[in-house]
Amino acid sequence: MIAALAILLGPQGKVWAAGQWASPSPESALSIPKAQLMQPEELNHLLITRGAQKPLLLDVGFRMLFDESHIPGSEFVGPAARSDGLSALRDRVQPLKRSTFIVIYCGCCPWSHCPNMGPAYHLLQSMGFTHVKALYLPENFEVDWIDKGYLTERGQ
Amino acid sequence: MRRTGLERGRILFAGLLLAACCAACGARSCFAAGSLLNKEAPEFVRKDLNGATLNLAHYRGKVVLLNFWATWCAPCQVEMPIFSAWQRRYGPQGLQVIGISMNEEAAPVRRLSARLKLNYPLVMGSVQLAERYGGVLGLPLTYLIDRNGRVRARFQGQTDPIAIEKQLRLLLSQP
Repeated sequence: MIAALAILLGPQGKVWAAGQWASPSPESALSIPKAQLMQPEELNHLLITRGAQKPLLLDVGFRMLFDESHIPGSEFVGPAARSDGLSALRDRVQPLKRSTFIVIYCGCCPWSHCPNMGPAYHLLQSMGFTHVKALYLPENFEVDWIDKGYLTERGQ
Repeated sequence: MRRTGLERGRILFAGLLLAACCAACGARSCFAAGSLLNKEAPEFVRKDLNGATLNLAHYRGKVVLLNFWATWCAPCQVEMPIFSAWQRRYGPQGLQVIGISMNEEAAPVRRLSARLKLNYPLVMGSVQLAERYGGVLGLPLTYLIDRNGRVRARFQGQTDPIAIEKQLRLLLSQP
């Protein structure tokens, strides 16, 4: 049943919906261009490499999951699917230079169903940020980050 | 140490169940919280959404499907009506579904529960409870607990319900 409901990925990031290829909605993580995705191993490498340019890491997911475990140095902003989360993200980045290297991540649930990454990415894009990457966690934070042995820390 | 035939049978059964679980859901997920598998399920006592006390220990003798979910998790919302159907179908054989919401507030949980007409108890989760279950760092997450209160399977992420049901039926067939 789940397989039947799964969204099929098509060419140029199109999705198969209602019997035709269509562009994903801006709320969907699938609407983020592939060129703007960052693979987990790439971010982990950045974090452990001395002298590498470290991005501003923003968690745009849910509080309880962040408190359990998150990427070291990342800041909790809140779920971008909600208006208060989007406001918090806007407030956090407003004073920053538009060339700031920002990586956003969530990992609450499978990428195609994540309610937060799409809104967060598109907000940053609309604000003029030119160096934004979205951490690509296809299944979730546990499977695609923790299980791979990458860096984590817990707490608020 | 010599083992009796019954002990050997139990060990063999546990091994087969673990192997079947890992084949079904992917070894990485099963072993991610491997420390819980075949051990006693961490006990908890919480108020459910109706204000009644829910004590996991009171479900000894039943097979418990423990589902961590949230209203913002789309795959969870696909699973939950299936769990309701299983509660109806397998409840007389000893199944008890329990939902643990990882939402921060109860209001959206109540709304969704009413909309989906869920027929099993729901409690609100916490960081502490999640950590006792090896961490809830991606949803959905489902545990199967046998009649003796031991964790027998873990399904992390979007899972084919057929794989869960297969394990469930196996546990229901055990004393």
